[in-house]
Amino acid sequence: MPLPYYVSPEQMMKDKAEYARKGISRGKAIVAIEYRDGILLVAENPSTLLHKISEIYDRIAFAGVGKYNEFENLRVAGVRHADVKGYSYSRGDVSAKALANAYSQGLGNIFTQDIKPFEVEVLVCEVGDANGSKNEIYHILYDGTIEDEKNYAAMGGQSDEIRRYLKENFKDGLDLAAALQLGVRALMVTQNKTLTERDLEVAVLDRTKERRKFRRIPAEVLNQLLASAK
Amino acid sequence: MTLGSWRHAFDNRSSSSFFEYLRQTAPHLLPGADAPIPGEPPASGAMPPVPHGTTVLALRYRDGVVIAGDRQASEGYQVAHRRIEKIFKADDLSAVGIAGAAGPAMEMARLFQTELEHYEKVEGENLSLDGKANRLGAMIRANLPMAMQGLVVVPIFAGFDERAGMGRLFKYDVTGGRYEEADYFAQGSGGKDARDSLKKSFRRDMPKDDAVRAALEALLDAADEDLGTGGPDFQRGIYPTVKTITRSGITDLTDEDVRRVLDAILSNRGRS
Repeated sequence: MPLPYYVSPEQMMKDKAEYARKGISRGKAIVAIEYRDGILLVAENPSTLLHKISEIYDRIAFAGVGKYNEFENLRVAGVRHADVKGYSYSRGDVSAKALANAYSQGLGNIFTQDIKPFEVEVLVCEVGDANGSKNEIYHILYDGTIEDEKNYAAMGGQSDEIRRYLKENFKDGLDLAAALQLGVRALMVTQNKTLTERDLEVAVLDRTKERRKFRRIPAEVLNQLLASAK
Repeated sequence: MTLGSWRHAFDNRSSSSFFEYLRQTAPHLLPGADAPIPGEPPASGAMPPVPHGTTVLALRYRDGVVIAGDRQASEGYQVAHRRIEKIFKADDLSAVGIAGAAGPAMEMARLFQTELEHYEKVEGENLSLDGKANRLGAMIRANLPMAMQGLVVVPIFAGFDERAGMGRLFKYDVTGGRYEEADYFAQGSGGKDARDSLKKSFRRDMPKDDAVRAALEALLDAADEDLGTGGPDFQRGIYPTVKTITRSGITDLTDEDVRRVLDAILSNRGRS
């Protein structure tokens, strides 16, 4: 029996990471921005049917970049995790932190054990309620690395430049229109074309809503928000 | 990659059903998971008395359906609970009225709510009203072992069918059999009395106020004749639950509105 080629673990991880990063950087970016009433998620996504941003639970949203089938799998797993937990304990016991940890574990395992790593990054956002609890934004990378972000987050292709733009321009207490305009400008930093409502998928976790805080913002409303005075 | 593994995405029947997912991965979380197998004698003696919900009803009207229920749970000849809720919003366009063993019935309502929301989140769109009605039937069927032990759950299900553009209502039997009613139905220990009352007052395409009045009259009649059904309690301020379901969603009638209609009915009847 021929011996398998020896590849050092270090080289193997490096190759996998490079492979995953390449796949992710080809995709379009997503930003999350905290605004006055919650968290805004903006994705560049010309499809109105295949979503990158979705509802997980009452106060929790999900966003994924990279390969659609891979983050879609993660999204459904997240909905199941949250619904089982909410059903067996109570709705208030479902937290973004536990879910983000589960994603981190899952992606970490896939990265080390499978031949092909997932080419995805995901955001898990939880909006705080009106009596003072804070918003939470978790950013999980293809290898299971998990970071919690404040005020804003960006992932996907050329996200470093987008993050830099957000860092320079983010302000506390933006209203929805201002936050949306900031998000769209941030997505345009890396490209020459102008993004219109047809290129965007936008949703919010709005703490002023009853129970289910997730709300998609339809194109006609986007149009008005983008046009409103700066 | 083997043939079986890509087929999984097609064959995985629990992909958007929360109920099936639990059944496959965590059956101990389902109501009645520990129920004895039907046909086997109960472990020791008979089932101890448990609270039972009594009368729920639903009727169609011009803009949709009215679904209503009294607030009492009974345990044999005793009042177990005076202000129990028996009408549960299932999603934005449908509601379940529970009759039978209160514990398993409320558990089933909660499972059903999760089932509908789960489907909506996974698939990105709502189930059709027929789809919802069938899912509830499957849950009742799964409860059959418990029903054989005396923990019968027979809800009614009402909702607005967006595709058909009208309100519809369904009753169930203990095996999960699902029967659509064209006009009205009432279930529970006072169900027959409520049905008798609705038979006289029901008209097709009634306006909302008439439908609400018919529902409350039926509940009053049921409370009059049936020991288990609770009447309105003016002293404690406990009134029947009434919800209307239309194209634009579910609306709860306030206690104040319900009391006003009840006052009108009772003064008409000379407070008999």
